[in-house]
Amino acid sequence: MRQRQASQGARRAREFEAFVAGAAGRLLHAATLLTAEAPDDNPRARRLLTLALAHTYACWDRLRGEDPYDRTRQYLATRFARAAWHQYGGFGRARPHPGSPLARLAPQERLILVLRLYEGVAEEQTAALLGLPAERVGTICDRATATLLHPPREPARTVAGPKVAPS
Amino acid sequence: MNRAEREAAVRRIMERVPPPVPPELYGEVVRRGTRMLRRRTLARRLMWLLLCAATVAFLVWALMARPWVEPPSQTTPPYTGW
Repeated sequence: MRQRQASQGARRAREFEAFVAGAAGRLLHAATLLTAEAPDDNPRARRLLTLALAHTYACWDRLRGEDPYDRTRQYLATRFARAAWHQYGGFGRARPHPGSPLARLAPQERLILVLRLYEGVAEEQTAALLGLPAERVGTICDRATATLLHPPREPARTVAGPKVAPS
Repeated sequence: MNRAEREAAVRRIMERVPPPVPPELYGEVVRRGTRMLRRRTLARRLMWLLLCAATVAFLVWALMARPWVEPPSQTTPPYTGW
């Protein structure tokens, strides 16, 4: 019994290691896009990915033929959606890094854009995952695409220096 | 620019710089996952223990109190001596 358990544990560790080796790069890229951090300095994306993969590890035996990549992605997305509102909300919270391609988008727009276009999840599945109507997902995706491709012009900066008062 | 071209352009923007995967990621994941599993096992055991304790307590109480026995009447005095 003990021996069987041990061999099962070893097999499970091997399978999980192969899965992580294959999926971690792509998932880390997706997480970095979500958190809008620079590619080489992404502590929050790493933390998000670590938690999602640990969750997959914990329910590895109960997957029953379900795709572990899909499961990890779902957990990543829902966790980001839950955490986003208080991590980006107020003052002095994490600001998007300007080096990230999605820096000018809102967290929800980033989430939907990454799920729909980077990961290629269908619109209905994205809607079901996030609890939104499918039309809303489509609208947000279109708007985010437009913002990304045609960035709105920066508001005109006021010229620094003392203003000359007209006399 | 139609929809497919726009989506392809956005994909290209997003796939520009893949971040390097840190080598310590796997160890950290396994450490956290094992901890999660251990906690779940502990919680499950605790729940079973609680359930067993509650069952035993109920059985002992039922055997002591015998709630299915009709209580002696309070209003009519017992018939004695006739």
